[in-house]
Amino acid sequence: MTNTASAQKKKKRLSMHQKQSLAGWAFLTPATLLIFIMSFYPMFSALLTSFKRGKPTALVWSDPLWRNYQFMLKDKVFIQSVTNTLTYLIIQVPIMLILAVIFASLLNNRDLKFRGLFRTCIFLPCATGLVAYSMIFRTLFTYDGMVNNVLIKLGVLSEAINWLNDPIYAKAVIIIGLVWRWTGYNMVFYLSAMQSIDYSIYEAARIDGANSVQQLMRITIPLLRPIILVTAIMSTNGTLQLFDESVNLTRGGPGNMTITMSHYIYNTMFTKNPNFGYAAAMSFVILVMVAVLAAVQMKVGDKR
Amino acid sequence: MREGAVRKHVTRTIMYLFLIIASLISVFPLYWSFISAFNNTQQILGGWMLPSTHLFENLQHLFEQHNVMRALKNSFATTILQTLIALAVSSIAGYGFEIYHDKAKDTVMAILMLAMMVPFVAVLVPLFQMFTKAKLINTWAAFILPSIATPFLIMYFRNSARSFPRDTLEAARIDGLNEFQIFVRMFIPMMKPTYASAATITFMNAWNAYLWPKVVMQTNEAITMPMLVANTMGGYVIDYGVVMAAVTICSLPTVIIFFCLQKSFTNAVAGAVK
Repeated sequence: MTNTASAQKKKKRLSMHQKQSLAGWAFLTPATLLIFIMSFYPMFSALLTSFKRGKPTALVWSDPLWRNYQFMLKDKVFIQSVTNTLTYLIIQVPIMLILAVIFASLLNNRDLKFRGLFRTCIFLPCATGLVAYSMIFRTLFTYDGMVNNVLIKLGVLSEAINWLNDPIYAKAVIIIGLVWRWTGYNMVFYLSAMQSIDYSIYEAARIDGANSVQQLMRITIPLLRPIILVTAIMSTNGTLQLFDESVNLTRGGPGNMTITMSHYIYNTMFTKNPNFGYAAAMSFVILVMVAVLAAVQMKVGDKR
Repeated sequence: MREGAVRKHVTRTIMYLFLIIASLISVFPLYWSFISAFNNTQQILGGWMLPSTHLFENLQHLFEQHNVMRALKNSFATTILQTLIALAVSSIAGYGFEIYHDKAKDTVMAILMLAMMVPFVAVLVPLFQMFTKAKLINTWAAFILPSIATPFLIMYFRNSARSFPRDTLEAARIDGLNEFQIFVRMFIPMMKPTYASAATITFMNAWNAYLWPKVVMQTNEAITMPMLVANTMGGYVIDYGVVMAAVTICSLPTVIIFFCLQKSFTNAVAGAVK
């Protein structure tokens, strides 16, 4: 008697459980489908398109299939765009992350006055849109603009620098812009992670005579390592896709000397003779670069 | 002892100076763009640091030369639509992945997380082809569809569903609520702060989106605010007062959200990795 009752009960519970599981599937299906349609399917489609050539409306398999990839190696603008993008990456990401760690550890000090104010100020650039800040920086650094005028008035410069028309200075302006826009963003990650570090560790270290640099190097950075890794991967991902700044701040110039890969891909898609196959091939290179660099960073970040 | 005290004092002064300079540099470009909306080209380029009296003139020129109202309408409509739909679709998915999790669902979730590593530009060409074929170019649907379901939002809601008490869930089931009702009547009200955070960051991202809108919103009727801002610098003679007025209008919504909902925004930024 009791056996059958419990068996019945079990059966009923099982079916209820199945019902719930089904509800779960129903809840997650729309989002899952969308990600497959908007992300995974196009990714494979891009790989196929990268082996094609011709007008967007009449794409045909290219011969040999890897023709677009071959062409890249001879395309000076593409090589320049890769060089530019990697230059931004190698210079900007470390500067930004180091500054962010320093700001976060300074602001984590509970004896500091005006902590909230400092944090708000340093985080504020995140409220600015990428196009908006590109316009602001373009105006600031234009030849007869404020930066030159003020620097000359202060006697720092004897004559105006043509910031946006010099290959090196123009890159520097983009890097300054990026560091300005994203340092506070990364700082917020670190500050949030520091909240889970027991503050008494710092107090104990201070009693033991550790100065702030030692506290930073021996306590904060080792404990923050996982989150530093995440921010490094995210910044790398973002920098490899840089577009708004290249288009609006320097317009890729002078003479493609600051153009990014995404900007060049866009130009390839929207010219008089658009080449979707080549654009797809170049975009696939970005995908591979993102994957490879993330894997390298994870390996390095895990070992240390 | 005294020497130590002096050194401590010096270190503190340097620290405060460093933070003050960093804060000034952080705030300056935005402050300057706001006050520059009140100034003319000559004052802007010359480095005038205070607002003058040209705001009305700048706005008048801006509205004469560009259809600001239409761009604002497009931006607000697409941004609000995207925020609402993204929150609905992604939050229920995150809830589904966590509350009903089993091996199969965990696997699907792990696959979706891989999409985080797919750079948007890598799917740009096929997406553009897809939307062209579907005749959706220059529509709001084109703007929002690729960003409705994001791995980030799903993960964010999945993490917050972890703190949804099982007792509440069971009690609601005994009370006869079905699974969808539990989500709508129990989960959503309980997770208001999570929704607020997710909404702020989604709004900010959608408002500032540029590459994708530039690709699919091609006609003058369809352009959004960031594109209009970019257009203000076209032509041979640039009226920087007009540029800064446009920049200010474009920045206002996100700056207001930043100051009013800073806590939500901060939580959303940092919440990605918790």
